[in-house]
Amino acid sequence: MTERSIRGKTAIAGIGETRYYKRGAAPDPEFKLTLEAIMLAAEDAGIDVREIDGLASFSNDRNDPPRIASALGMKHIGFSNMFWGGGGGGGSGAVANAAAAVAAGYCDVAVAYRGLAQGQFGRFGQGPQMAAAPGGMAFTAPYGLMSPAQSFAMRVQRFMHDNGVEQDALKAVALASYHHAQKNPRAVMHGRPLSAEDYDNSRWIVEPFHLFDCCQENDGAAAIIITSAERARDLKHKPAYILGAAQGSDYRQAATAHNAPDYGTSNFKTLAPRLYAMAGVGPEDVDVLQSYENFTGGVMMSIVEHGFCKPEETNDFFTIENFSAPSGKLPLNTSGGNLAECYMHGLELITEAVKQLRGTSPNQLENVHVSMVTSGPMVQPVSNLILCSEPHA
Amino acid sequence: MSDPYPASGGATATAAPPSGANGDYYLPVGLPMPAPSPEGLGAEFWDAVKRHELLVQRCNACQAFQWGPEYVCNECHSFDLGYARVSGRGRIFSWERAWYPVHPALKDALPYIVVLVELPDAGNVRMVGNLLGDRRQEVVIGAEVEAVFEDHNDGKVPYTLVQWRRTG
Repeated sequence: MTERSIRGKTAIAGIGETRYYKRGAAPDPEFKLTLEAIMLAAEDAGIDVREIDGLASFSNDRNDPPRIASALGMKHIGFSNMFWGGGGGGGSGAVANAAAAVAAGYCDVAVAYRGLAQGQFGRFGQGPQMAAAPGGMAFTAPYGLMSPAQSFAMRVQRFMHDNGVEQDALKAVALASYHHAQKNPRAVMHGRPLSAEDYDNSRWIVEPFHLFDCCQENDGAAAIIITSAERARDLKHKPAYILGAAQGSDYRQAATAHNAPDYGTSNFKTLAPRLYAMAGVGPEDVDVLQSYENFTGGVMMSIVEHGFCKPEETNDFFTIENFSAPSGKLPLNTSGGNLAECYMHGLELITEAVKQLRGTSPNQLENVHVSMVTSGPMVQPVSNLILCSEPHA
Repeated sequence: MSDPYPASGGATATAAPPSGANGDYYLPVGLPMPAPSPEGLGAEFWDAVKRHELLVQRCNACQAFQWGPEYVCNECHSFDLGYARVSGRGRIFSWERAWYPVHPALKDALPYIVVLVELPDAGNVRMVGNLLGDRRQEVVIGAEVEAVFEDHNDGKVPYTLVQWRRTG
């Protein structure tokens, strides 16, 4: 039986990003930003944008493939796909779905994209203002449990309780993102450094999350071009080969009223082994990690569940030194990530993972071989991705 | 007449009194009120709490508890589901203290505490509510709590929320 895997069959050949803005500051409509990002990604790859024949997105992106393809004159659509679920759970998943479609022959050049101008639509940090909360919401909203931060804080609280984790572990994640953003002129928080004192003195949003444990809200768009490994080798940039990807959810994680049997989890426990098995690498082989920060506590559990440290080692492992490029044990969110570069629902984490392989990161490491991404902790479903400088580890 | 909601083993009737007169609510008026799903899932629960009875969905085929309510038993896949009355005694499984007003009605009610309570006499299913008392109190995972029924009778549609208070 042939191996059922996309390992090494496809690569990321192009990346495109608009300027990233504070929420409400984009001068252009979301759809226009999305088109711009896709055109930039195609140009970066050296591929005519009309040649794109696969489109994949996530998080109920409002910019649908037929409109995009018509606006840009794409010759035909061979694949169009939406990764289920909200938040950033589908960032890696959208890239992986596009890669799978290329590998399966549905399309030749696919784009994974996300357009997100939050200033033009509703805010994520506010609860619904409705007379009645029906169904599953009835068990949370009347008690003031309404926002994403509130939906995840109790999972993190339980993990911290079970493993004796201190607040400093969350702080290290926030400090790493802000530290890296200071060298990234594209980062919305460039020029806005964060000290440990600033973190400690910042207001609570919902315990155990301070203000700086929570992602930004932003405007912008990002796009990633995926094509076959063979074709990618002949294009402008060194290919970022897709070595492994996993997506999904653990046992009954979406049970209503916070009844997931395993509660203090980022939802990566069954995904991490599948990711490493497909990629043929382990956590010890990963040079640099981009880990989706909706909230720092989710990063913490993602890192533990991907095997970078044991749960009981969290306090010791989670330090700004370990997470800092270029010499930390596990350089983390090296563009500034969702917290300090831009909350582009984590697609900007994947562009950064590619930049680390190309040698163009604002916080470049030496000799990056394996570059990893985790997308959307604590939501259902989630996804992850391992990129490599070669089509095999 | 037989009790339509048999109590789970060893349970006592829910004895906690209402939290107080109209308007004496843990969180201010103006938040969304609870409602069943459009198809009616959860209606029995919300009707029962108005009578100060706490119900948890239970499979008539395999006796497994599950929460929130669903159309099928996640254990044995029977569609024959009912509800069992439970004691209302539980333990704090997790908690959070909210300091940011995620809804305009909450701006003068900060901070407030949300608790996730597991119910040992209902297969350790969990319910979300507020922890009554001092809003800045230390919250201890594992602490014992009991259900308190908070009646909202001053709107067009009366409803009752299930809140929690420390007993240990």
